[in-house]
Amino acid sequence: MNVEVTPLPGIGTRQDFMIRAGRRIGVITHRDGKFELIVSSKDDPDDCSASIALTPAEAGTLAGLLGAPQLVAHLEEQHRDVAGISTRQFPIVPGSTFDGRTLGETELRTRTGASIVAVVRAGTVHPSPRPDFTFTGADLVVVVGTAEGLAKTADILDG
Amino acid sequence: MHNTAIALVQLGAVFFGLGLLGKMAWRIGISPIPLYLIGGLAFGQGGLVPLHGIEDFTHIASEIGVILLLLLLGLEYSAAELVTGLKRSWTAGVVDIVLNAAPGAIAALILGWGPVGALAMAGVTYISSSGIIAKVLGDLGRLGNRETPVVLSVLVFEDLAMALYLPILTAVLAGVSFLGGLSAVGVSLLAITVVLVIALRFGKYVSALVDSPDPEVFLLKVLGAALLVAGVASQLQVSAAVGAFLLGIAISGSTAENATRMLEPLRDLFAAMFFVVFGLNTDPASIPPVLALAVALAFVTTLTKVATGWWAAKRQGIGRLGRARAGAALVARGEFSIVIASLAVASGGVDGELAALATAYVLLMAVLGPVAARVVEPLAKFTRKRGTEPATA
Repeated sequence: MNVEVTPLPGIGTRQDFMIRAGRRIGVITHRDGKFELIVSSKDDPDDCSASIALTPAEAGTLAGLLGAPQLVAHLEEQHRDVAGISTRQFPIVPGSTFDGRTLGETELRTRTGASIVAVVRAGTVHPSPRPDFTFTGADLVVVVGTAEGLAKTADILDG
Repeated sequence: MHNTAIALVQLGAVFFGLGLLGKMAWRIGISPIPLYLIGGLAFGQGGLVPLHGIEDFTHIASEIGVILLLLLLGLEYSAAELVTGLKRSWTAGVVDIVLNAAPGAIAALILGWGPVGALAMAGVTYISSSGIIAKVLGDLGRLGNRETPVVLSVLVFEDLAMALYLPILTAVLAGVSFLGGLSAVGVSLLAITVVLVIALRFGKYVSALVDSPDPEVFLLKVLGAALLVAGVASQLQVSAAVGAFLLGIAISGSTAENATRMLEPLRDLFAAMFFVVFGLNTDPASIPPVLALAVALAFVTTLTKVATGWWAAKRQGIGRLGRARAGAALVARGEFSIVIASLAVASGGVDGELAALATAYVLLMAVLGPVAARVVEPLAKFTRKRGTEPATA
């Protein structure tokens, strides 16, 4: 992907690229560390139809949301040789059963045979979380297992 | 003690009043500068309520205001940004100078203010307000637009042009001969080169000199250094403002960012005082006679700035709407036009009417600039829909 870096004197840097849908999408990094997400307007490629100010934490969360599929794809690649095994991600919905409870309490391994290989939180990947890992709302749980095991996992984590 | 009480009440009333004006200004989407000027006109000589006993304070506060305005202008761009900006946008910068300095200079010559007055008025109509423009671009969510780097690089060039212009203006105002003027140009070119080289090569040492992890120590050191440099520069007849400006350029990197963050509120406070004092010293009765001229000048220089932005954006392959936006964004004039006018008036070397014309002009342009930036898009779209000539204003 060809990311264009443009200095904005007195303000910071603009980094953006053209996506296949024909729009320019990118990030302005302000000198004081703030981020701005920009999306060019449909009918005027010079203009922006959205420029959204993000705190570093918010930018990290967004990056995690967008980065998680890539992580899943990567794991998928690794398990491709093993027939019948696949990888899926499940969000911990804030306020749901496991928001605030530990990985061990899900008893996922015993109940479904599937295992949690990573948790994505606010843009950071926590690989191979231990049983005492405590979930919080908006975590993304990456699970590897059989189709049946993953279906059961969905029931448990949604509950 | 009684005098102190009166002075405090007066100052408090002035600041509180300015606060209310500022709040009102941003609410309706314009810069508070014109309102501060009007505030100053309302008090003072020939105004409604003359102030007494705080002149000493307001005088020095407004001097500090100019120093901080210029120091932060210098801090705004790093030396590297200035150099790359100069390389990239010098053609647009030259077009900007020619188109926008000429109307002011011609107006001054027609009025018979002579070459000195022409030089001062050229600066007043040339320099855009980077403060107003950066704020408006941010507010309108245009920082990600493709034409925005074009607008910013024109401002960077103006920044450098100021570094050359201010020492020359100061020398000419001090009444030096043509030869002396030439040597002032030489000296200022030399000073800028030296400062840029220092900032590029040894910037970290200058920064280390004023830097400190403790905010209180840092604030005192930066402010102290600025006033010291400004004072020495003033003693050397180079104008305090220029000294502060060059110091701002020399400080770079994270030190510059911290200094900007720390000094911004102080600058806003003292700069507000500067605008009020400038208004105070301008007799409101002197405004109406020059009003028609100010309107004409505003009209012409709005078109010339739009043309500058249009041309610069076109060279970068920006579409018609983007060109119109770039042009309109550059229209605002403000703080630096007033700084130039105040330097000229304080020297006594120019016609007293210059202050009145500059005040009226900035009153118009500081309001017109943000409004132009806002209405340009709907206006351009409307004109295009009607199938008439593409909008240029």
